[in-house]
Amino acid sequence: MLKLTGITKRFGSLVANDHIDLEIREGEIHALLGENGAGKTTLMNILYGLYAPDEGTIEWKGQPVQIRSPSEAIALGIGMVHQHFKLVPVFTVAENIILGKEPPGFKLNMRQAIENVRKLSEQYGLVVDPEAKVESISVGQQQRVEILKALYRGAELLILDEPTAVLTPQEVEELGQIMKSLVAQGKTIIIITHKLKEVLQLADRVTVIRRGKKIATLDTAGQTEDELAALMVGRRVMLQVPKGPANPGRVILEVQELNAVNQRGLPAVRDVSFTVRAGEIVGICGVDGNGQTELVECLTGLRRAKSGRILLNGKDLTHMNPGQIRAAGLGHIPEDRQRRGLVLDFTMSENVVLGSQRQYASWGVMNMRRMTALAQEIIKAFDVRPPEPSYRAQSLSGGNQQKVIVGREITRNPDLLVAVQPTRGLDVGAIEFIHRRLVEERDAGKAVLLVSLELDEILSLSDRILVMYKGQIVAEVPAHEATEEGLGLWMAGGGGARA
Amino acid sequence: MPDKAKSWVKEAVETVTVPILAIFVGLLVGTVFILIAGADPMEAYKALFKAVAGSPRAIGETLTSTTPLIFTGLAVALAFRCGLFNIGVEGQYLVALMASALTGYYLHLPPVIHALVALAAGGLAGMLWAAIVGVLKAYRGVHEVINSIMLNYIALYFTHYLLMYYFREPGNRAAATPFIQETAKLTKGLIPGSRLHTGIFVALLAALFVWFFLWKTPQGYEIRAVGLSPGAAEYAGISVKRNIILAMAISGLMSGLAGAVQTLGVSYKFYEQMGFIGYGFDGIAVALLGRNHPVGVIFGALLFGALGQGSGAMQAAAGVPKTVVWIVQGTVVFFVAAESIWKFLRRRRVKAEVKTA
Repeated sequence: MLKLTGITKRFGSLVANDHIDLEIREGEIHALLGENGAGKTTLMNILYGLYAPDEGTIEWKGQPVQIRSPSEAIALGIGMVHQHFKLVPVFTVAENIILGKEPPGFKLNMRQAIENVRKLSEQYGLVVDPEAKVESISVGQQQRVEILKALYRGAELLILDEPTAVLTPQEVEELGQIMKSLVAQGKTIIIITHKLKEVLQLADRVTVIRRGKKIATLDTAGQTEDELAALMVGRRVMLQVPKGPANPGRVILEVQELNAVNQRGLPAVRDVSFTVRAGEIVGICGVDGNGQTELVECLTGLRRAKSGRILLNGKDLTHMNPGQIRAAGLGHIPEDRQRRGLVLDFTMSENVVLGSQRQYASWGVMNMRRMTALAQEIIKAFDVRPPEPSYRAQSLSGGNQQKVIVGREITRNPDLLVAVQPTRGLDVGAIEFIHRRLVEERDAGKAVLLVSLELDEILSLSDRILVMYKGQIVAEVPAHEATEEGLGLWMAGGGGARA
Repeated sequence: MPDKAKSWVKEAVETVTVPILAIFVGLLVGTVFILIAGADPMEAYKALFKAVAGSPRAIGETLTSTTPLIFTGLAVALAFRCGLFNIGVEGQYLVALMASALTGYYLHLPPVIHALVALAAGGLAGMLWAAIVGVLKAYRGVHEVINSIMLNYIALYFTHYLLMYYFREPGNRAAATPFIQETAKLTKGLIPGSRLHTGIFVALLAALFVWFFLWKTPQGYEIRAVGLSPGAAEYAGISVKRNIILAMAISGLMSGLAGAVQTLGVSYKFYEQMGFIGYGFDGIAVALLGRNHPVGVIFGALLFGALGQGSGAMQAAAGVPKTVVWIVQGTVVFFVAAESIWKFLRRRRVKAEVKTA
């Protein structure tokens, strides 16, 4: 159906696509797999007419074509659903779908439009209310609107860019059903992803791209996550962190009856009590927005608790500021690495002393030599690239930015390390590295509190798992007894069910 | 190392290219208006140049008008490094004019010491005036632009009130304080025939101080961290409030020194102010031209000092309205600002491309 030959695209000195060949068969679900920055999205943007390729040809249904703009792509029957939806929030679903391709006639026939949308949504099993405002429907439903938008424009080939990034596990399941029904009705689908599990779960065939080059195209049947990961990264990777049993020691962190409110003054953390011991990783899982952020902010001094106590090594931190808490022995890998973890305009040398800048001054003057030495130490120990202390943090990739933060916090040698979403948006190589370092910290006798929305991460790292739901800890499960389904039930508020 | 040196040179060249181009474009636009005014551009620019650098005296005068602009440019730049827009330089300058005129007149101290004390009094007055802005911002959340503009008017009328009711020299038809003591005056005669005084050295020292403070001390590090990323500063245990107040205070110190050197080096008294003099507002343009870096501020101040100094001569010699010079100034600022906007947009585009790649 579609054949790309020798597609090459350069951005300055960066070769984003290097002679990529890709063949898509009619009626298949084809996954484009690669790490962040491998060139998947660039390739699809070329296909969708957003970029012009520097070299290479595109054949559509046997005919060579030039796609100069998205409207030309749409005219050919190619539709794209971007990772970040392009919808008008205050418009209804139907209005969004017909936007730019309204039914003919001077007066907009909204009844007709709604009817068309309803028919389309029934035909493909994409259940969504055409008259609901887009801002009031869930993210999963917004995605369906985007798909309907493409179908309404007559798409035969659908490109979905990282479609699962914003979905809950249940919604991913539903998306899989939708994709199957689309294919059954003669559509062809390309999904762009870096998640291995989804490739195997959703796609028929997969093309792996690494650093702008096509590595292989394979049938997904018979493949394993490990093999795909190796192709994607270029070497064997450990998806499961090797980890011995924990040796919990004395209590490092003790939280007693903690209560806190969120930005809007509503209770966000409710009567939370737990402990973290030396030499163990305690994982807190939960659906986003169930009080995890507020809990961490209380622990790190960024938010005032309403009541309750937080003890670190027996010392009361409840009313301390972030600086005092850091000094008391808490390291914090924050949720938002660009807004909290780093000053993006600072160099690496400046960023590695963030939070301990006063200790790197002698006689009132910043000691550049010691700062650079620390930066070099972290660069070496945490494999930060490029290894250049004078580089600004903003010129590093997300993975390397995170390594600088993790390196800084671990090198400070805190008794308790609070890691929030430590691997969000990172590629497999960086995830593996950071997971290993967290386990090493545990084995070195540190207490680690891991807060993550990724169940896989919680399950593979934690020794004990706490589930947060509506501000409360609703379950505590030893890691070896925990299952994804059990935790999922607790996370959805299914109190009483066994984890 | 050679690589690093090369990139440093490259960065420096890139940094100055646009302001220099902007100056040329500014002069070009000025030419158009001179023609519209019916004068000969060559004549006008010749007169301008002669007044700016045509003789030792002219150079001295140019440096004299550059001096307060270095301070006010530094004041704006320093606040900006903490993410604050200090529009109150004008008011901080005014209270300092008054403070140094009073200490210069009423105190009786040995030479040098008296000048230093009066200088400090001006600096301190500006510092306190700006600290009010910082405190209101930090603890009450009042936007610094709003409250510093309001404090400008309070400063204008407050000093006017003090002058008229308490410190006006009796028997003098012009409303002004008495002349300061000889001991409080800054030494002049650095270039014979011009009013250039030692305040220029104080200004250069201040630039050195600001550079050292921002980039070499932990306090400067914290101020820059707050300016670039309040979220990260808070995370790192750096008090955003404390640094806002501190940055405003030091910014005000610079504004205050601007006022002090004007009193102690040029006017020798506080005379009735009919409105704002404009050194504070020019400081914003100077900081912008200098990219909020002390070295850049010195050059920006030099440009504005020169244009301001030469405009009168141009009017007298070539019959070109003074306002043409303001058009030149405006054009230069416009193009430098436009470049920042362009750079910002380009960086966003590059980022977007890298992201999607």
